[in-house]
Parts: sequence; C-alpha cells; structure tokens
Amino acid sequence: MFFLAAEGGESGHNPIIPIGEEIVVGTIAFAVLCFVLIKFVFPRMEQTFQARVDAIEGGIKRAEAAQAEANQLLEQYRAQLAEARTDAAKIRDDARADAEGIRQDILAKAREESDRVIQAGKDALAAERATIVRELRAEVGTIAVDLASKIVGESLADEARRKGTVDRFLSGLESTGAR
Amino acid sequence: MFGQANVLAAGQAEFPPSVEDFYLPSILPWGAHDSYWITKFTLMIWIAVGVLIIFFLATYRNPKLVPTKKQWFAESIYGFVRNNISVDMIGHAGVRFAPYFTTLFCFVLVTNAFAIIPFFQISPNSHIAFPAILAVISYLLFNYIGIRHHGFAKYFKHALIPPAPWYILPLLVPIEAFSTFIIRPFSLAVRLFANMFAGHMLLLVFTLGGFAMLNANAWLAPVSVVSWVMTVALTLLEALVIVLQAYVFTVLSASYIQGALAEEH
Repeated sequence: MFFLAAEGGESGHNPIIPIGEEIVVGTIAFAVLCFVLIKFVFPRMEQTFQARVDAIEGGIKRAEAAQAEANQLLEQYRAQLAEARTDAAKIRDDARADAEGIRQDILAKAREESDRVIQAGKDALAAERATIVRELRAEVGTIAVDLASKIVGESLADEARRKGTVDRFLSGLESTGAR
Repeated sequence: MFGQANVLAAGQAEFPPSVEDFYLPSILPWGAHDSYWITKFTLMIWIAVGVLIIFFLATYRNPKLVPTKKQWFAESIYGFVRNNISVDMIGHAGVRFAPYFTTLFCFVLVTNAFAIIPFFQISPNSHIAFPAILAVISYLLFNYIGIRHHGFAKYFKHALIPPAPWYILPLLVPIEAFSTFIIRPFSLAVRLFANMFAGHMLLLVFTLGGFAMLNANAWLAPVSVVSWVMTVALTLLEALVIVLQAYVFTVLSASYIQGALAEEH
C-alpha cells in the first residue's frame, strides 16, 4: 500500500528505464577506461608473457645447445685422445724398431771394423814373419857356411851359393818343423 | 502502520524501502532531484575508472620478467580472464579479445563492489543505464565480429537458420531471431542490473527493518539485532554475487562472440 503510494509519488522513477545522462557518462567513462587499458596496459602484459615464455624456452634451448656442444666436444676430445694414443704407440714402436736397427747397424759395423783390424794385423804379422824368415834364412845360411868354412878350413861360400845346399837344408828343416 | 516509524537513526529513509531509494539527490547542484550529470552514481563510475586506470598503469609502468607482487596481481587478473574466460570459451582466437574482456570484467567487478564498500553502499549497476551500455557493447561486438568473420548474409543465415527439417523452420527462425538479437542484450543488462538492485534492496530491507522494529516497539530490539546480523550475512552473500555477476557477464559476452565465430551450430 505504502509502496504503491511511494511509486505514485513525486518523480516516480521506473528502474527499468535508463537515465540518459547516465548513459552518456557511463559510455564516456567506460570508453576512457577501455582506451587506456587496452592500448597501454594489456598489450604490454602480452609482451611480458611472451618475453617470459621466450626467456624460459630460450634458456632451455640454449642449455640444450650447450649440452649438445659439450657432448660433441667430449666425443671429439675422446677421438683425439684415442688417436694420440695410437700415434704415441706407433711412434714408440717405430722408435723401438729404429733403435734396434741402429743397434744392429752399429754392431755389424763394429764387427766388420774389428774383423778388418784383425785381418790387417794378421796380414801385417804374416808379412813381418815372412820378412824375418827370409832374413833369418839368409843370415842362418851365411852363419852356417861361415861356421862350416871355419870348421872345414876353407871357404865353402861360393860352393854353397852355387849348389844351394843351405837353402835345401833349411827348406827341409822348415818342412819338418811345419809338420 | 509505518507512519510513525519513519524517523530513523539513519535519517529520513522510510520503511519499506522503495524504488525511490535508488534515486538519490544529485551532488551538483546539491540536492537537486532532476539533475543526473553529477550524482553519487556518476561519481562512483568515475572513481571506478580512475582507480582501475591508476592501478594498472602504476603496477605496469615498469614490467619485469620476474614480477613484483603488485605486477603479479595485475597479471593474475589479466591471466585469469585471458586463460579461463577468453581461451576457454573461444579457443586460441580468444586471446585477442582478452584485453576487452579484462577491462569489462574489472569494470563490472569494481562498480559492483561499491555495493558493499562502506560509505558507497550501493552499486552504480543498480541503475540499468550502466549494465545497458555494457550489454549494448557486447551486442554490437558479437554481431560485428560475426559479420566480419562470415560475411553479412552468411552470418545471418548461420545465426537464424538452425540445422532442422524445413517444415519446422517457420517456427524456429523467429525464435532464434528473438533470442539472439533481442533477448540476449536485454537479459545481459537486466541480469546484472537486477542482481545489484535486489542486493541493495535486501540490505535496505534488513537494515531499515531493524530500525523500524526498534522504533515501533522497544521489546522488538532482539529481533532488530537478528535483522542486522542478517544484514551482515547478506553482505557476505552480496560479495559473492558481486564477483559472480562480473564473471557471468564476461563469460556470456565471450560465449556470444564464440557463437558468432563458430562454424557449426
């Protein structure tokens, strides 16, 4: 009763009929709000979100790339190490073989040298001996003839030289001595 | 019956509250009843707009990759509308509507919130003009998007003619037209308006009712206390309605745009 009376009173607003002034004010206010927020705030938020996604994904990607590179380097170093080991072993083997060869060479040369020296010594000795023998033979012959001449009393030198007696005798001695 | 109970501690307010309680005298000129340019309602609208602009500009003046607390809060609001309304309702294409929906959501939320903020105690949305503006924008938006997406003829064919046998179409087409192009904006506006209107009316009834009973008979004081306790409880309910209606308004707008963009019914 009172309610109806109030509604029928002075101005009698109908709540379902919008007020024109409020529509104008509301439209302007909401337009300002939309303009500022849509133009200046939310695009920056999207950018920040995107930057964040990029930062995280980029970080992961970078880490993955670094990991892959590290793995590759490790592989490479391993290969290099293995190669170096093989090389070292080869070099060692070569060196060992070289050393052996050099040793053999030196040994052979030394042996040859010693053989040569010995041979030279032997030759020299033989020559010396031959000379001495030849001289001795001449001397012994002379001495023997002189001795015999003194014993016999006459010179047998010419005779002996003529007939080669002493030489024959000595040869006979030699041959018995050599035997 | 209530004639003598009208001198209340709260002032000149009468019981029971009427529609006229929603039409306060204007601020400038002070006390005028027929001037609507500068009233409590328009002032609240400007305050809401100012608060939102200052809040977002301040928190997002210098955005960091690792957000501060305030920046995180602002981003959460946007992220909520973007992911839980735009993308959920419209799909991936919804991201481009997220800025508008977030603005809409924040605006409705803050203007609704005036309903329970002390000294304001009434939402501007209890005047239908403001929900109506938002509903008209949503209406124009979904129609514009639908026409741009499908082309004029195809959009209306798509919107009006459901896949049904031809003999039922004479019945269905008017229903579709009515529901899509008339009921939608109307229901969108009225839903928000009526919720805020009814919420304020409920609070008025229980607050003023307490005073009315106290003034009528001192023995009714305990009942008045019950009435005011109910006011507190209803304020909590109102807080729920405030958030829910802001959410519903945004979700329905998104749903209409989704419908306009959809390829199939």
